[in-house]
Amino acid sequence: MRPIDRSSPGPGHRRWRGWRRTPIGLVVAVLLVIEVYPLLWLFLGSLKTQDEFLNRPTWALPVDWLNFDNYVQAWRSGVARDLVNSVLAVFPALAAIVLFGAAAGFALEIMVWKGRSGVLLVFLTGIMVPSQMILLPLFSVYFQTHLTGTLWPLILTYTATGLPLTVFMMATYCRSIPRELFEAATLDGASLLRAFWSIALPVLANAVFTVGLVQFFFLWNDLLIAMTFTAGSGHDELATVQVGLLSFQGRFGTVQYGPTMAAICVNVLITLALYLFCNQRVMKGMAAGAVKG
Amino acid sequence: MRQVLGDRKTIAVLLAPALICYSLIMLAPMVWSLGYTLFSGNPIRGFSFAGLANFDTLLHDPKSGQALLFTIKYAVTVTIGQVVLGYLLALLYVFQLKRSSGLIRTLVFFPVVLPTVAVSLLFQKLFAIVPQDGPVNSLMNLFGAESINWFGGGGRAFLVIALMDIWRSMGFYGVLLYAGLVDISDDVIESARLDGAGGWRLARTVVLPLSRPVLISALIFSINGTLKVFDSIYALTGGGPGAQTSPLTLHMYRTAFAYGDYGYGATIALSLTICCLLVTVAVFRGSRQDPTA
Repeated sequence: MRPIDRSSPGPGHRRWRGWRRTPIGLVVAVLLVIEVYPLLWLFLGSLKTQDEFLNRPTWALPVDWLNFDNYVQAWRSGVARDLVNSVLAVFPALAAIVLFGAAAGFALEIMVWKGRSGVLLVFLTGIMVPSQMILLPLFSVYFQTHLTGTLWPLILTYTATGLPLTVFMMATYCRSIPRELFEAATLDGASLLRAFWSIALPVLANAVFTVGLVQFFFLWNDLLIAMTFTAGSGHDELATVQVGLLSFQGRFGTVQYGPTMAAICVNVLITLALYLFCNQRVMKGMAAGAVKG
Repeated sequence: MRQVLGDRKTIAVLLAPALICYSLIMLAPMVWSLGYTLFSGNPIRGFSFAGLANFDTLLHDPKSGQALLFTIKYAVTVTIGQVVLGYLLALLYVFQLKRSSGLIRTLVFFPVVLPTVAVSLLFQKLFAIVPQDGPVNSLMNLFGAESINWFGGGGRAFLVIALMDIWRSMGFYGVLLYAGLVDISDDVIESARLDGAGGWRLARTVVLPLSRPVLISALIFSINGTLKVFDSIYALTGGGPGAQTSPLTLHMYRTAFAYGDYGYGATIALSLTICCLLVTVAVFRGSRQDPTA
């Protein structure tokens, strides 16, 4: 591309280029405003008092930049409890997904046996089928086994729904491990289980982290499953962050803007902070896991 | 070595946790859900055999028809929006911003990781009319237009839903398609330019055909995701006003959990699953038929 530019210099050409550059700059600027301003507005709003919401224009800056009353109020009305629930439901599931998924990916890709492609296909169907398909039977089972009223339904369902994509991604990552590694390990007398634990897992550490990160966002942001097994069964004390936020809106939203905005903000900041630390990994991982709708 | 890699006990140990978990919590409920379609009732009231009555209801229930239509309208609009805007973003990253696109990519991607509920509540506030005009209405006032009650009519509410979901996910499709576009070698572009193809013609005759495979996969991912939409609509409009913005997923949820009709709910879920399957197969077939692909 460069050589052509250089080969046709002249004032006319330069003016044409200048004309061409500006719209792109403008497009990018508009794009960033559209993507970033709503979040900025949210943050500013979380610092405003009720009076400011009612009597000042919506784009006004907060009067007192250190007014964290909304956050205090949001925190006291259950955001803290919801956070604990989310952590208790998501992280055990995440650990199980990653460990089970890596083991299954290893068994399906590295090990040699009849029918492994069939089993992989069975896992793949799980990616396409909507969760609505499994909610009703699960609700009955959890109800009959008296698991309703605990966080177990969430942990179990999260683990199962996260597995198909994880197994698929892990199998793909396993494909790139040189088989010689396992031959060497076997010659040294290690069992394959040992090889999985002390060779494959460390080699896959990066992939495991990426998959875990992607699954974290899926599970943390889930509303449907959490709502069905906590709010749906009348156990508000088990609400996750997303379920809590929705009912929070119901309690405060129409009356008071501030606390709701603060609660949304806390929720947004958690995911945003994680994203900013590992954005390249998140983008790559999510693109690789795009098969999940 | 082959013998070691084919050791049945090791395979079983590695595969069992994932396979058991997945079979019990996803596969079995899927089959069970199929069984529900022949019954009416719920686990608390008890079930009674209903034969094919649920399917008959499905065909004649105007609410289901409306929900199906809405699902299709939403899926088509949002899929086109996501993929087209994502593609434009990818073109912008690859051909205009080139190496310096990293920061822009990161910023435009970040709504993707935000919790759906938080984004929905944020959009409620952005498009608010009470207690105070949100930024969107304020902006319209600035240009002399009247404030609109965005959630007061089905058409307007649909517009907000579509805008929100496109806003939320276009960065994702930008990155996904970007990964496909950077693979197009510079040599190909260079030689096309030397042949006199520039701008629009270059895009149409060289870039578009070459990025066809990745566009097809983006289309499949997008439609598979949009057909299953639940969280964002539930949190933004709750399916309202009335049931004017209720997709099949939400209709199913209401039927099963608000009206306690598991049988009919499972039937709606099944029809949704069939939709996902048909559309995926159709898009896949359509992409294969082209001899140049």
